[in-house]
Amino acid sequence: MRVTFTANGREVEADDVWEGESLLFMLRERLGLPGSKNACEQGECGSCTVYLDGAPVCSCLVAAGQVQDREVRTVEGLADPQGSLDEVQQAFVDAGAVQCGFCTPGLLVQSHDLLERNPQPSDNDIREALSGNLCRCTGYEKIMDAVRLASARKCSSSEVAQ
Amino acid sequence: MSTIRTEKNLQGITTAHPDGIGGSPLRPDGILKVKGEFAYSSDMWHEDMLWGMALRSPHAHARILSVDVSEAVKHPGVQAVMTHDDIPGSKFYGLEIKDQPALAMGKIRYHGEAIAIVAADHPETARRALAKIKVEYEILPTITTEEQCLDPETYGYVHEPAEYKGHASGNVVHSQKVISGKGVTDEVRAMADVVIKGDYVVGMQDQAFLGPESGLAVPAEDGGVDLYIATQWLHVDREQIAPVLGLPENKVRLTLAGVGGAFGGREDLSMQIHACLLAQRTGKPVKIVYSREESFFGHVHRHPAKLTYEHGATRDGKLVYCDARIVLDGGAYASASPAVVGNAASLGMGPYEVPNVNMLAVALYSNNPSCGAMRGFGAVQACFAYEAQMDKLAAELGMDPVELRQINAVEQGSIMPTGQEIDAPAPVADLLRRVKALPLPPALDTTHLDVRDIPGALSNTSHGEGIVRGVGYAVGIKNVGFSEGFDDYSTARVRLEVIGGEPVAMVHTAMAEVGQGGVTVHGQIARTELGVEQVTIHPANTEVGSAGSTSASRQTYMTGGAVKLACEAVRNELVALGRKRYGWTYNDLSLVGGKVVSASAGALVPIADLLGDSAIDLTREHHHRPTVPFDKETGQGFGHVQYTFCAHRAVVDVDVELGLVKVVELAAAQDVGKALNPLSVVGQIQGGSTQGLGLAVMEEIVVKDGKVRNPSFTDYLIPTILDTPPMPVEVLELADEHAPYGLRGVGEAPTLSSTPAVVAAIRQATGLALNRVPVRPEHLTGTGE
Repeated sequence: MRVTFTANGREVEADDVWEGESLLFMLRERLGLPGSKNACEQGECGSCTVYLDGAPVCSCLVAAGQVQDREVRTVEGLADPQGSLDEVQQAFVDAGAVQCGFCTPGLLVQSHDLLERNPQPSDNDIREALSGNLCRCTGYEKIMDAVRLASARKCSSSEVAQ
Repeated sequence: MSTIRTEKNLQGITTAHPDGIGGSPLRPDGILKVKGEFAYSSDMWHEDMLWGMALRSPHAHARILSVDVSEAVKHPGVQAVMTHDDIPGSKFYGLEIKDQPALAMGKIRYHGEAIAIVAADHPETARRALAKIKVEYEILPTITTEEQCLDPETYGYVHEPAEYKGHASGNVVHSQKVISGKGVTDEVRAMADVVIKGDYVVGMQDQAFLGPESGLAVPAEDGGVDLYIATQWLHVDREQIAPVLGLPENKVRLTLAGVGGAFGGREDLSMQIHACLLAQRTGKPVKIVYSREESFFGHVHRHPAKLTYEHGATRDGKLVYCDARIVLDGGAYASASPAVVGNAASLGMGPYEVPNVNMLAVALYSNNPSCGAMRGFGAVQACFAYEAQMDKLAAELGMDPVELRQINAVEQGSIMPTGQEIDAPAPVADLLRRVKALPLPPALDTTHLDVRDIPGALSNTSHGEGIVRGVGYAVGIKNVGFSEGFDDYSTARVRLEVIGGEPVAMVHTAMAEVGQGGVTVHGQIARTELGVEQVTIHPANTEVGSAGSTSASRQTYMTGGAVKLACEAVRNELVALGRKRYGWTYNDLSLVGGKVVSASAGALVPIADLLGDSAIDLTREHHHRPTVPFDKETGQGFGHVQYTFCAHRAVVDVDVELGLVKVVELAAAQDVGKALNPLSVVGQIQGGSTQGLGLAVMEEIVVKDGKVRNPSFTDYLIPTILDTPPMPVEVLELADEHAPYGLRGVGEAPTLSSTPAVVAAIRQATGLALNRVPVRPEHLTGTGE
């Protein structure tokens, strides 16, 4: 089948999609968007998290055909079109929250969503929001640091804007 | 050219480079990783590529009577189906002992052993083709328990003794004794006032790296193959792959693809040979990506262990003797079992002075999943047991458990049970003091309860009733680098040239960057040694010599050391060029801030001017000091390169009614010799601690009669961010004069003591014995085994 949808603001089309394919597979193998990761493919690890119509989902659990005419935003779409990083992305690098980096794309989308909804989350808010994203390298401490840093930077830049 | 010495010239050039060693510059791959542009092995893509997949045995022990692939071959979209009959070269491979068939031959020895492989145009086509392969099995009784393994006359052999390679006998892959002092005799036992005995069990842990085993094999015009792969050691992969393909090593070229974590699980081959065989057969690029379920079958795990310890001590707490036996289940194939046994035996007394020792460690062949390398191997299992023993002994003597450990702690100059002197700082007592001195986290506030703070968290299991707190301590000892006479050298090539008017250093090694940050450290070393800003890290591949494995906490020591040597050689050549050209006679030259600098005369000349259009390109090997194998009967010998130590304090809340544990805080103190990159060092300690926490309270591959029962992240749990507490870290830097920059390997030590510290805290909270890990809810509520 053919699937037409918006990926990172761009109209895209995937042909010869097998009905059993996931959104994750279609993004990675058919559309040249391998940023979303395939760590468990059963919705346990969160590495494949993308926005679907503005809500974070595990793209491994979404059938490719389900995104017909819908909007998908992946880790590749977090930076602005000129390529400057989103604050969450920069904070992950700065805080040492990236080791192997395989969990990073999913954590970035989930953290991005958290800070959109709750710009000043408590530590428990961060832990709750990210509890569906497994990381095996860092022990999460630097990820906590990164989200705190991104929150502080976002808040101070919005204060400046006011 | 003359040199003018002014105050200005010296400004900023005598201080260390902020992005040199000791700084925490950002990872060179960090930006790519946060943009989703870093190419991991599972992201590899090639026009016309095929998907490879393996058929795996549903049985743990069986004879293969027949394999019929005829229907699979005819399946539309299938380009090749291969069994062991189609292998052009050697049919066996293995890390230390080549006992594993690349595809099963006549016999299945573990659940999930690969029998046949297919290449097809889509992963679903490959799956359907696999379903059409007909295999006839004669199911055999499994050999899975220690009793069965050690009685082959009754229960049979996992491998025919005639086929044994290496030191195996019976179903024993490898064994190692360590006897020191007088051993453990009646006379020695009589010297002890108190005796503590314990039997301990460590479950089978999985590395659970997130990036699945994967890679892309591309057939080359010269009949060879180019493999883009996630691994821990490119060259040892090639050594094992090439003979199976029937190719000389130079026709098998490996390039490191992005690696999504490793932790030992990528030290053995997984899909490498299969992808290469299919690429060779079809003439097309072949990609293989394991699913998570296949990953649980496709790599080796941490050896489950049974440990029996008996300690004798005097009334004032001094250890007199230790009699210990460690039985490690190695599973179907040898993998790293011999080295795991060596570590367990030689480090199994812990970081304590024990005057009389009788230790035996063995690894068994069984029909359980193969076990091999995982972070801290051999030492992790032992640490759980000896630290439980220390707590029991302290309780028996009415002593503080930290004080008991400090009384017996090794220090620099202590003699290990192997007879090896610890000839570098060993601040065991101080590490314990430091974690104990840290402020304790506040008590659980049950009046303003946030359920996210309690055991069970978001499951909203209670309102804080039935929760008790406990505090536990542990400390461990780990070796760094490959031991027992193994020369695991590393190679580095460094090229210095001028690009765009600026001196640029290029560092080329075969080091597997698996997430640990070695690429960051290589840049730091080059900046420090060569005084340059710009460093390029060349992709890791087999065009340069071996870098050894990214394991055994060795890469910064070994390949970092090689980069340092190569940089020094480049610097010497550059300075020689200057001496020749300018007639310098200074003996105090270094490269700082892009210039050749004399400590006495100041900046002499920019590197770019001295180098001009030429390049200096040198390769160096770094060998650690030699070690020797342990004596087979006594375990004596200078077997280890370096020792490393970490201590933990765990604070836990336990819901004793529901059997749930929340680790409230996990503090660590570790001596790292020299923190080349403090941010990464802390990241390693926290990551390692968390894997130890996982082993303490949740992580176990459940195997029944050789069958893996929980091969998924739904059923095999690793700590989430809600399971993982704040982890304060104290880093000590006591230099080891034998090591580059005085550094000490970092990665593994925190994985040792974390587990026993957490369990000690649970014991303190509950008063339960808890002699096995992971501790499950039923062990706390008394409703299970």
